[in-house]
Amino acid sequence: MNEELIRKVIAEVMAEVMAGEKRAAPRTELSAPAAAVKITELEKATKGVNPKEVVLAITPGFGVHFQGTIIDVPHGEVIRQIMAGVEEEGLTCRVIRVYHTADVAFMSHYAARLSGSGIGIGVLCRGTAIIHQRDLAPLNNLELFPQSPLLDAEVFRAIGRNAAKYAKGEQPIPVATRNDPMARPRFQGLAALLHNKEMRYLDRKRPPMEVKVEFTR
Amino acid sequence: MAVTKKSKRFEILSQRPVHKDGFIGEWKEVGLMAMGSPNDPRPSIRVEGAKVVEMDGKKRADFDMIEQFVADYCIDRAVAEEAMAKTERELAHMLVDIDVCAKEVRRLFLGLTPAKLAAVLDCLNIVEIMMAMQKMRVRQTPGNQAHITSATDNPIALACDAAEAAYRGFLEIETTVAVTRYAAFNALSLLVGGQVGRPGILSQDALEESFELQIGMKGLTAYAETVSVYGTESVFVDGDDTPWSKSFLASAYASRGLKMRFTSGTGSEVQMGAAEGKSMLYLEAKCVMITKGAGVQGLQNGSISCIGVPGAVPSGIRAVAAENLLTMILGLEVASGNDQTFSHSDLRRTARTIPQLFAGTDLIFSGYSGVPNYDNMFAGSNWDIEDVDDYLALQRDFRVDGGLRPVMEADVIAVRNKAARALQAVYDELGFPAITDEEVEAGTYANGSKDMPPRNIPEDLKASERIMKENLTAVDVIKALAKRGFKDVAEALIMMMRQHVSGDYLQTSAWIDSQGYVWSAVNDPNTYAGPGTGYRMSDERWEEIKAIPWAINPEDV
Repeated sequence: MNEELIRKVIAEVMAEVMAGEKRAAPRTELSAPAAAVKITELEKATKGVNPKEVVLAITPGFGVHFQGTIIDVPHGEVIRQIMAGVEEEGLTCRVIRVYHTADVAFMSHYAARLSGSGIGIGVLCRGTAIIHQRDLAPLNNLELFPQSPLLDAEVFRAIGRNAAKYAKGEQPIPVATRNDPMARPRFQGLAALLHNKEMRYLDRKRPPMEVKVEFTR
Repeated sequence: MAVTKKSKRFEILSQRPVHKDGFIGEWKEVGLMAMGSPNDPRPSIRVEGAKVVEMDGKKRADFDMIEQFVADYCIDRAVAEEAMAKTERELAHMLVDIDVCAKEVRRLFLGLTPAKLAAVLDCLNIVEIMMAMQKMRVRQTPGNQAHITSATDNPIALACDAAEAAYRGFLEIETTVAVTRYAAFNALSLLVGGQVGRPGILSQDALEESFELQIGMKGLTAYAETVSVYGTESVFVDGDDTPWSKSFLASAYASRGLKMRFTSGTGSEVQMGAAEGKSMLYLEAKCVMITKGAGVQGLQNGSISCIGVPGAVPSGIRAVAAENLLTMILGLEVASGNDQTFSHSDLRRTARTIPQLFAGTDLIFSGYSGVPNYDNMFAGSNWDIEDVDDYLALQRDFRVDGGLRPVMEADVIAVRNKAARALQAVYDELGFPAITDEEVEAGTYANGSKDMPPRNIPEDLKASERIMKENLTAVDVIKALAKRGFKDVAEALIMMMRQHVSGDYLQTSAWIDSQGYVWSAVNDPNTYAGPGTGYRMSDERWEEIKAIPWAINPEDV
């Protein structure tokens, strides 16, 4: 892979995405420089009993072998925004790392099953995300965010916020996402490449692990 | 780092649309490779009794479910050893040799294994693939399919666009939804609008599989094509499916008088990280064989929604044409893709369509966006309605039949207006939320949903759900149309209901003309055997294609 080329494309897309953004005054948290993240693995993840928690599942490569999404939102920032969104609604966010699958449907469903509230989120390295609920079939979901090139920090914040609202028994308006038919020609090949890279770090026999997330700046 | 001086030429080049497309190098180990991967198995077969006991280097005991299915239900064991004994080049020669008839090619090729089929196709260059398509396509007359969708699921816009697409010459129209609960309403708009535009047009409503079956049984759609098959076992299993469950579903459609085809395409397995290191075309060969083995009449392939994957790797678009050809070789109808946004570059997206357009396929697009791409709820097509005059010009430039005809503005306005009024009458009779005269007027002259006044969506959704809950069927629609003076439209719908009962249009590659006559590979078989044979457009059709309304008539100057 030509790293420089990818970086160039990413920078260009980010510029386009930003230009297309509504000019609402950004909140200070959003405009703050991206957080550096330290993810420490703890014990085996267990089922929670706290009804005020949402569980976030990340893949083995998240923040380790990969540092940003397909449009280079830093992985620390992805976690920070989701956690902040959950906390805005007065709930807490527990993070686990799954090793047995990189299928975002099954990851997020697993997170939901471990979650004390029954609500889980799954995020792939490239950014693809799902909000799931434990009583749904794995291939069903509450909200699906399939177009990773269109997910920015603000969307991840909203994902956290909505997940918390579901956990509180509310019926929030689904997170508004942009639709861009030209995302496919630009990113689909790259998404396939990233997915196959991500799959290399799977370990089918290793159980999901609890992780501690620290932000350093 | 030293700042290097930049070339002005390269700066200009880097700003061209093609530089917005993603291009990726091959990665053989995971199957990010279009065709001819060193990881594809070496072709082999051993038949004992009536059973395939070894295929492509694998013993029967080691077959996965896909291999077992194609070995038992697709491969013709009677010719397998004869066919497999031929070299790949010999078999490839047969595909392009005008003196070897399609029937003989098909007889032998049905004895080939997936690895052999993929290897034979890899012997052909793109022009040879097109030559073979011209001969191997099952139905002689080419055709086309349109997408008719609306970003706001506007029922009037859908009916008008369906009517216009039918009038322009598409043989099939396909819709889907922005909001799922609009599904029944969208089917109704396409049924009424489509039959106004041209009696006999087939319509479908691409949704969840059991809904598609229900809406078809109500007579509101005539066919389905979104039953997906895959080339590796793990992808099948992830979808809770097997080749047997897909076959069962296929027979459920057929037994209820609904035309159906499967869908597959290169790139889907590697996109899901489950290509097992095999090339895209080798895995697609398995999909085509599953379709044949299931007894389904046709397949939609040509990468479809994964086109960005083969589109990003070397020889990917050649592989996409090769998979269409493979479908034709095995005697199946092919709806040959060209149906998803593929490139930012107009040059690339035109070139991507040339193999199917110039060689001709059963349905060159599956489909062509009959609405502006902003309204396309299949996430955009490779061509949309705003490109249609370019398409008509290409038909005329190359004397090629792409399935469409030039139309006059006044005629399109008339047909759109009639569709809107017919739907207005049906809504009124069935007690659905009123369609106002203002909406009829807007739909008549609209380009897309942005030109339509907003509807009361919650009320529409309630009515749409009534269709499913109250067991309203096409018969209620026919009654409403007849009562309100749309006798010809009512008759067209009755003709379509008869087709559901007689089932003639379940034959391979069938479409229905405006007299209710069914054309298919049975009564319009491809007879291509070199220059002067096969599909040659009639003088009448050529006059039609020539007559683009904006050409200068020499006598007028």
